[in-house]
Amino acid sequence: MIDSMDLQVLVLAGGLSYERDVSLRSGRRVLDALRTAGLTASMRDADATLLPYLEADPPDAVVALHGATGEDGSLRGVLDLCGVPYVGCSARASRLAWDKPTAKSMLREAGIVTPDWVALPHDRFSELGAVAVLDRIADRLGLPLMVKPAQGGSGLGAAVVKEAADLPAAMVGCFAYDSTALVERFVPGADVAVSIVDLGGGPEALPAVEIVPRNGVYDYAARYTAGLTTWHTPARLTPEVASSVAAAALAAHNALGLRDLSRVDLIVDPSGQPHVLGVNVSPGMTETSLLPLAVQAAGLDFGKVLAGLVGQAAARASL
Amino acid sequence: MTGTTQDDYTDRYARRVRGMTTSEIRALFAVASRPEVVSLAGGSPYIAALPLDAVGEMLGKLAAEQGTTSLQYGIGQGTIDLRERICEVMSLSGIDGASPDDVVVTVGGQQALDLIARLFLDPGDVVLAEGPTYVGALGVFQAAQAQVRHMAIDADGLIPAALEEAIVAAQGRAKFLYTIPTYQNPAGVTLSEARREEVLDICERHRLLVVEDDPYGMLSFERDAPRPLRARRREGVFYVSTFSKTFAPGLRVGWVLAPHAVREKLVMASEASILCPSAFAQAAVTQYLATMPWQEQIKVYREIYRERRDALLAALQDLMPTGTSWTNPAGGLFVWATLPEGLDSKAMMPRAIAARVAYVPGTGFYADGTGGGNMRLNFSFSSPERLREGVRRLSGVMEQELALRAVFGATPTHRRRGPAAADAPGPDLA
Repeated sequence: MIDSMDLQVLVLAGGLSYERDVSLRSGRRVLDALRTAGLTASMRDADATLLPYLEADPPDAVVALHGATGEDGSLRGVLDLCGVPYVGCSARASRLAWDKPTAKSMLREAGIVTPDWVALPHDRFSELGAVAVLDRIADRLGLPLMVKPAQGGSGLGAAVVKEAADLPAAMVGCFAYDSTALVERFVPGADVAVSIVDLGGGPEALPAVEIVPRNGVYDYAARYTAGLTTWHTPARLTPEVASSVAAAALAAHNALGLRDLSRVDLIVDPSGQPHVLGVNVSPGMTETSLLPLAVQAAGLDFGKVLAGLVGQAAARASL
Repeated sequence: MTGTTQDDYTDRYARRVRGMTTSEIRALFAVASRPEVVSLAGGSPYIAALPLDAVGEMLGKLAAEQGTTSLQYGIGQGTIDLRERICEVMSLSGIDGASPDDVVVTVGGQQALDLIARLFLDPGDVVLAEGPTYVGALGVFQAAQAQVRHMAIDADGLIPAALEEAIVAAQGRAKFLYTIPTYQNPAGVTLSEARREEVLDICERHRLLVVEDDPYGMLSFERDAPRPLRARRREGVFYVSTFSKTFAPGLRVGWVLAPHAVREKLVMASEASILCPSAFAQAAVTQYLATMPWQEQIKVYREIYRERRDALLAALQDLMPTGTSWTNPAGGLFVWATLPEGLDSKAMMPRAIAARVAYVPGTGFYADGTGGGNMRLNFSFSSPERLREGVRRLSGVMEQELALRAVFGATPTHRRRGPAAADAPGPDLA
């Protein structure tokens, strides 16, 4: 067993993705928590100085955060090349989970309930005509719809569409963020997020967090401005529903081959059925993020949980 | 109760705090600070052109030789030495005979705007301003819970008829005209000689105060700028300026020249707010003006910025999609571009960031969130080559967006409800 107190930890945050700011905020929080837990930790941006640094002074483990470079698997692939262990799932699992349509296909194949969807690159609309395609989508999936970029997080580029007439604007807004849009049937119900943590004894679901945005929409401002959203921990679910939500989240984590930690976002419909929307392989760690809230609700210490995960990652390298 | 908002103070904030939220656009600007991104979004002067070694030596001496005063509290109005120098600087712009006693040194021009707002604006009062106007001024007026009414401008600056109309429409609730008559931020236009008199006459006739913000007047590229409004009228005009563009924004030294009676209240308001401006920063500016070739330095800035403006305008001419137009600034730091019909500069921001170029969407310069058809482009900070590369990337982004709009047709734009600052970068973005 490696004593995590002796480890040199590198927190990678920033990058060039749209979520740079969230990543930096998460990074500072993780850095503080690791240091408070007694580890030696530093933070860097994923920029041109990173590889020389990793070669000169390889850390015992890396926590890579948020946004495309941290989540799409590419940075993890580079860390693999450098032989540097990191917290979280493999580059491959990360890449699959990052692409929402791919992840949803895998979830459905595993028998996990996820809302009906269609994923379309913007080229398809120019070839086939926007009106014709949008009409089919609205007919087949029904209104309201959820439109979001196939890749990306923090609600950026996402919109709820209640009227067919609003669909073109939502598509344009979405395509500003990504060349492929995911259009999903909107499932009314409670928004919940389940954080999964594996501290060596197998993945465990932490108490679900229920999200109630003050303005009804969990957009970027509602996510990252303290005061705009009420989070209920644990979620206001019956014990039976809470355990089926936890089971669905665990099933999603396993179906996508995730490791160490993840966050699964779900809707619980009025009948109590959980619908998995997607997963995050590198969940947000800001003051208003869901995983830290869940850790707290479980009666765990954020820094100690992180220290445990870092220790496991380092131990994997020494196998 | 199991719920938390992570902000236990939510129901205790003052009303003016409502709407202060993080924003998607602010998040995108976080990426713009990376060197991979060509930023046309900032408003930073090109500080690297300063003789930094000489400035460093001067600052060292200030601490070593004058430390007992330069590191001590000072008076609220600002040191007499600096105020005398400020009057010399203003006389170069054509403001003759100003008394150092009527000058108040402030923490940048921004604090001068804040003090004026504190003195004159009650909640619900109206401020008339150019449309578009400086985002930092919008922030000050919003904090004072005033309403900003924008007036149309053209290549010759504020349109006098629009001013007259706005004054009448405000039905006596307009407290002052806020204007940047010379090399305007963000539009880059300058109020013409003829219109200066006309605007002043209109304001006089309606007894409307004028707040003249003049940070860029000395940065002229062809001929000297028209004389400031304050050079033409002693009463009813507050003149605000700063050393941020002529020396160093990091020192945060600006000033306001005000009619005598108002000056005393400005000092009291400033003392209530900050006690006194930084003695060290004031000493640094005084020393810089007294011992270093600062006017030569301004000529250096003019040369650099003229070359960069020319590079930006040439790149726009060569590369922008048909239907794009832009202003032709004779000084200052900014060009204001108008996009082809149907494009929305705010909606296009993520695509621009992905293409590694940044600008400020026009919506950041309107209190009501309009301006989506425009963008502000800065030319003071990047080299001519980088500016051209930025425009090349930007034109690619616009072509993609035009193609997308052609597929999906015109879509309605959503007006921002919160403060304009949500659509503009923080002061640190170069």
